[in-house]
Amino acid sequence: MSKDEHREGIGGMINPRRYGIERVAYLLMRLSGLGLLAYFIGHIYETSNILRGQVGWNEFMEMISTTEGHIIMSIVIAMCVFHTVNGVRVMLGHGGVGVGKPTRPDYPYDPASQNYRHKIGIYSAMVLAAVAMMYGLAVMFGE
Amino acid sequence: MRESTIMKIHYGTALAAVALVAVHILMRLTMGYAESLEYENVLANYKFVPYAIMLELILVLLAVHGFNGLRVILLELKQGRLYEKAVSYGCLVAMIGLIAYGSRTIIMTNMGMA
Amino acid sequence: MAQVSSISNEQSPTAKSIILKISRYNPEHDESSQFMEFNVKYEKWTTVLEAILDVKKHYDHSVAVRYSCRQATCGSCGMIINGKPRLACFTKISELDSNVVTVEPMNNFPVIRDLAVKFEKLFDTHQKIKPYLIRDDTELISDEKEFLQTPEEVEQYIQFANCIKCGLCNSACPTMATDSSFVGPQALAQAYRYVADSRDKGKDSRLKIIDDSHGIWRCHFAGSCSQVCPKGVDPAMGIQLLRGYMLGFRS
Repeated sequence: MSKDEHREGIGGMINPRRYGIERVAYLLMRLSGLGLLAYFIGHIYETSNILRGQVGWNEFMEMISTTEGHIIMSIVIAMCVFHTVNGVRVMLGHGGVGVGKPTRPDYPYDPASQNYRHKIGIYSAMVLAAVAMMYGLAVMFGE
Repeated sequence: MRESTIMKIHYGTALAAVALVAVHILMRLTMGYAESLEYENVLANYKFVPYAIMLELILVLLAVHGFNGLRVILLELKQGRLYEKAVSYGCLVAMIGLIAYGSRTIIMTNMGMA
Repeated sequence: MAQVSSISNEQSPTAKSIILKISRYNPEHDESSQFMEFNVKYEKWTTVLEAILDVKKHYDHSVAVRYSCRQATCGSCGMIINGKPRLACFTKISELDSNVVTVEPMNNFPVIRDLAVKFEKLFDTHQKIKPYLIRDDTELISDEKEFLQTPEEVEQYIQFANCIKCGLCNSACPTMATDSSFVGPQALAQAYRYVADSRDKGKDSRLKIIDDSHGIWRCHFAGSCSQVCPKGVDPAMGIQLLRGYMLGFRS
């Protein structure tokens, strides 16, 4: 990216502070997507240990069944729930569902697309992710 | 392939994966999380053909969705003909590689080679 | 380069003062931008543009700023004011609720000098989506009837016809922050404006233009474009409605 273009760059793209909860959701969607892809690749490797037989599988399970492993797993659960719920919201939005209807705008011009339905969707995704994470922690540490 | 076709696949794989991953997770929870990860139980899952097919479907759906998502992020980060081709083909190769590696686990375990 | 100066001209007793920090940068000989600070008096109704023009008039005439109508109609004076893209003529200092007002050139646009940026890319992408009615016949030929529209048909696109091409949406867009090939919210919203126009027959050709690896699919509905639009255009809505056609949600 040339300096002449005066682009904000990655710092501007990931800065969630200036444009409300929608921009926070945008950032979390990206981060959770990348995190889930990393976990998915790791999970494919993890499950391939079944081919090493019972001893190999148990060895690997023992290695990942630690406090850190459980915490990482609970974060994965939270990312999965957030990415799913917010993903459905975004997908509906992309289809033009719930973004409002075109009309003659009146000052102070509150954008109809940034409406309460989508805000509720974002907050729901966050709350559900937190609840799922707690549940995951309870299941993993409860045993 | 047109970008609209790719993105329709992206949305389709997401929706299908949500349904199948939900079943996959519920299977862990119905018999108890720790118990479901015991060697015999995992092996039994792989040997049960409908479940193995479901795992294979999840593998393909998530690999397609995940690597296309990565491609989208990388395309937005930097531009240039060579870079964009490298990203697109790189993600495709990684996707195929991951599907092949995961399929190897599913098929070999299902056929009793574990 | 930074310096503080005070403008001592006659003001009313109700005048307050702020520090106006102006980004100074000349690509021809500066390595990076630097801020110059000015102590500026303002009234309740003083706009950021008026404060900048005060600085030009009383202290430093070399501050480069583009402006014309001073009433949010020409779209010339877009800039980053206290971190967000806004029109300088449409932003009152008193509304900013800060003792320091920082003005910088809009992000994602090449800087000409100081606060003035190049608009070529925005106009190019705007032209790319064919911002005119496409149809075989014309109302200009005699014996043809004018193209009538019902009020409901006008409502479908009139909001998007308010675009003044100020570029604030492109400056706020997270994709534009890194993707130099992205069409941008301004052009995409304008594509919807014409696609939604009942007189237009160019939907397919426009959808083809924006169905590109750096086209409409690079919008992720973050909505920052709509939040900064000074005319209530709501580009995010237009883009999603346009995408609705491509996903089969709309016909």
